[in-house]
Amino acid sequence: MIEITLNGKTQSLDVAPDTPLLWALRDGLGLTGTKFGCGIAQCGACTVHLDGQPIRSCVTPVSAVGAKPVTTIEGLDSAPARAVQAAWESLDVVQCGYCQSGQIMAAIGLLSRNPHPTDKDIDEAMRGNICRCNTYARIRAAIQQAARALV
Amino acid sequence: MTNHDIDSGRRRFLVVSAGAGAGLTLGMVLAGCEREAPPAEEQAQAGPGKAGGKVVAESRFAPNAFVRIGGDNSVTVIAKHLEMGQGTYTGLATLVAEELDAAWSQVRVEAAPADPERYNNLFWGRTQGTGGSTSMANSWEQMRKAGATARAMLVAAAAQAWDVAEDQIEVSEGVLRHAGSQRQASFGELAENAARQPVPEDVMLKDPHEYRLIGARLPRKDSKAKTDGSARFTQDVQLPEMLTALVAHPPRFGAKVKRFDAGKARQVDGVAQVVQIPTGVAVLARDFWSAKKGRDALAIEWDESGAFRQGSAEIFARYSELARQPGSVARDEGDSDGTLQGAARRIEAEMHFPYLAHAAMEPMNCVVQRTAQGVEIWNGDQYQTPDQHAVAGVFGIEPQQVKIHMLYAGGSFGRRANPQSDYVVEAAQIAKASGGQRPVKLVWTREDDMRAGYYRPLYLHRLEAALDENGNPIAWRQRIVGQSIAAGTAFEGMLVKDGVDVTSVEGAANLPYAIPNLRVELHTTELPVPVQWWRSVGSTHTAFAVETFIDRLAAEAGRDPLAFRQALLREQPRHLGVLNLAAEKAGWDRPLGQGRGRGIAVHESFNSYVAQVAEVSVHPDNSFSVDRVVIAIDCGLAVNPDIVRAQMEGGMGYGLSAALASEISLEDGRVVQGNFDTYRVLRIDQMPAVEVHILPSSQPPTGVGEPATPVIAPAVANALRAATGRDFDRLPLSLSA
Repeated sequence: MIEITLNGKTQSLDVAPDTPLLWALRDGLGLTGTKFGCGIAQCGACTVHLDGQPIRSCVTPVSAVGAKPVTTIEGLDSAPARAVQAAWESLDVVQCGYCQSGQIMAAIGLLSRNPHPTDKDIDEAMRGNICRCNTYARIRAAIQQAARALV
Repeated sequence: MTNHDIDSGRRRFLVVSAGAGAGLTLGMVLAGCEREAPPAEEQAQAGPGKAGGKVVAESRFAPNAFVRIGGDNSVTVIAKHLEMGQGTYTGLATLVAEELDAAWSQVRVEAAPADPERYNNLFWGRTQGTGGSTSMANSWEQMRKAGATARAMLVAAAAQAWDVAEDQIEVSEGVLRHAGSQRQASFGELAENAARQPVPEDVMLKDPHEYRLIGARLPRKDSKAKTDGSARFTQDVQLPEMLTALVAHPPRFGAKVKRFDAGKARQVDGVAQVVQIPTGVAVLARDFWSAKKGRDALAIEWDESGAFRQGSAEIFARYSELARQPGSVARDEGDSDGTLQGAARRIEAEMHFPYLAHAAMEPMNCVVQRTAQGVEIWNGDQYQTPDQHAVAGVFGIEPQQVKIHMLYAGGSFGRRANPQSDYVVEAAQIAKASGGQRPVKLVWTREDDMRAGYYRPLYLHRLEAALDENGNPIAWRQRIVGQSIAAGTAFEGMLVKDGVDVTSVEGAANLPYAIPNLRVELHTTELPVPVQWWRSVGSTHTAFAVETFIDRLAAEAGRDPLAFRQALLREQPRHLGVLNLAAEKAGWDRPLGQGRGRGIAVHESFNSYVAQVAEVSVHPDNSFSVDRVVIAIDCGLAVNPDIVRAQMEGGMGYGLSAALASEISLEDGRVVQGNFDTYRVLRIDQMPAVEVHILPSSQPPTGVGEPATPVIAPAVANALRAATGRDFDRLPLSLSA
């Protein structure tokens, strides 16, 4: 049994220690908002927060999580999170939606450390998150809108 | 439960009170679909996520039910098309809500069950499926009539209840009002009485000037669920006792399993079963990670005696030879051969296009479970009817015994409408081989998704043209070489005519430019590399070939590329409309600085017309960036302009990936690329600023999912030509020699 702190609660996991956090969340705990896209930290669909920082859960063994808190799309409850999700909805950023949990987690991470990002800051912070529907123009606009809302 | 069937000539209307708390539901049955009815049990299924009861069919007719009004005042629109990002749930619901005069906030959308009798694509005969940018076009009248019929019956119910004339009742935002008596009622309050009204023989549809939802910016119905992580995709399906299956596929196309040792795989904790299936060896386990470790532990010896071992370079070399010989004729006007022979000014080019993977964010996957009644499938299914038939074939049952639970698809771009139902059949084969009734979720890793095939075919074009002394093109000959996506499928008879797969030549054979001597030929090749349609199909290569070659001709003639096109498109008002709009909005005549270039391209696909102007910067290190793209679209009436804009932005971006970076290449028969580190796709820092301009139109709506995709590569190549003076004859584009 491995214990992690997930979305503010302690969770016990009956999985092999080398299981990536992504699959522990999805198959072990039924939290399917975090997505599988590539398995090699190339697409960002699996982005969650570890100790408040965006990480790729597909290459993070659950045994490496330790005592640091994990936050997934299902456990969001911060001001930047609310602002980002509201902006995403108001601009209808999503198309297929599969990558958007990861996009949103990355965007919240960006705004948490840089409340006033330029478009270049956004491109640098978000270039690890692929969207095959290419919603990138709206992602940029939504992050700017969320930043304005947080002022 | 009480049922009331009211016969009204050829139409049927049904209401079901589905028990405590479920509220009343109202189903529409429209005329024009009288056929033998499928079994009543099948008719009664109403798709996943239903909350308002069932639509039950009268036994003589096969119903076509698209709208339900619940006692809770909810309006549920039944969507027959897959939502894969293109916005069809929102668009279909808009049509119903408009004619119903519902409030947008009371409308929700539910996926239709698989049933080709009720939910067929009206452009595809008795086949249910989504593709070819047809969802809005084929549903345009059908869904509006569904809404208008429901509205008429609600009005009749109110008139009866209030003892007033129908024409004194107004409907707005889901409420019916009678001004004289100051009475009003919601849809929900009137649903039961509405269900007892005769179905009108004919309904009046609104004049366009009465629209308040069509043409407005309505929020997407799927935004919230896709923003908070609750939207469910096939990947997210979890069922009791479910096993996850991974498959070891052969390393080359045409190879087979010779023998395998599953001993070590079976020792992996969590692995339940290892089974051989026609496409490889499947490992079934309690979860993904166990199945993955089990698959890694397999020892398989492959029989590669029949394997395909060529590389992309060899294929291109063979295609280049073929392109120098005459092929099957797709279009022939005048005497292009003779004119070319005698011409003084002749231009030629050979253009290369690689295989492309769809690479949807959600890799292919499918859940299959055997049941006492047949088989159940959970899938973001783009091709319900062919998939039902294919799975029925695996199990030896009837297609209607295959029940499909619809999920959202995490992208598709054509991939989930596979003519062979490949990944769906693979999941079914595993479920069958496992021998039990536990649900099986097939999951492809990204590498499986990229290497197991079904690509946009590799193509080569050879183009030759002649100009007269005034620089006007007088002859055009285009030879296309590549595999047919229709050959060997159920669509061969429909799509292959006189040896020409229309999807191989679309966008070329219908060249819009006025050139008196014109010949388009096709060489269809046969290779064991699996191929399939890819967002915008034939136009993915023909638009590039045609639109960059036109720029070469313009350069040879010493003419401006825009003016050159305008002169040749005089008889093509819709091409001209978008061409001129894009050029105007882009500021075509405004000079750009050193190292920058502007290019234009125009193309019709799926009856929609798109022009794009791209601006590029060439950098000292021989790299380049696409800085700005201006898009003009004529898609007839824009039902939801914001979704049209989203599809233009995203469709262009999808084509830009192929223009800049994406390529599936073969070496010794093996697929080189396996994941996003080698199959490169557009990332946010490469996304240009985009402007979308929609041409005002009163024509019926046409598709928007695909038509932006093929236009960007030629626009960028033409911009690079403007910046560098060089020709570009292959994708992905590169400035290195």
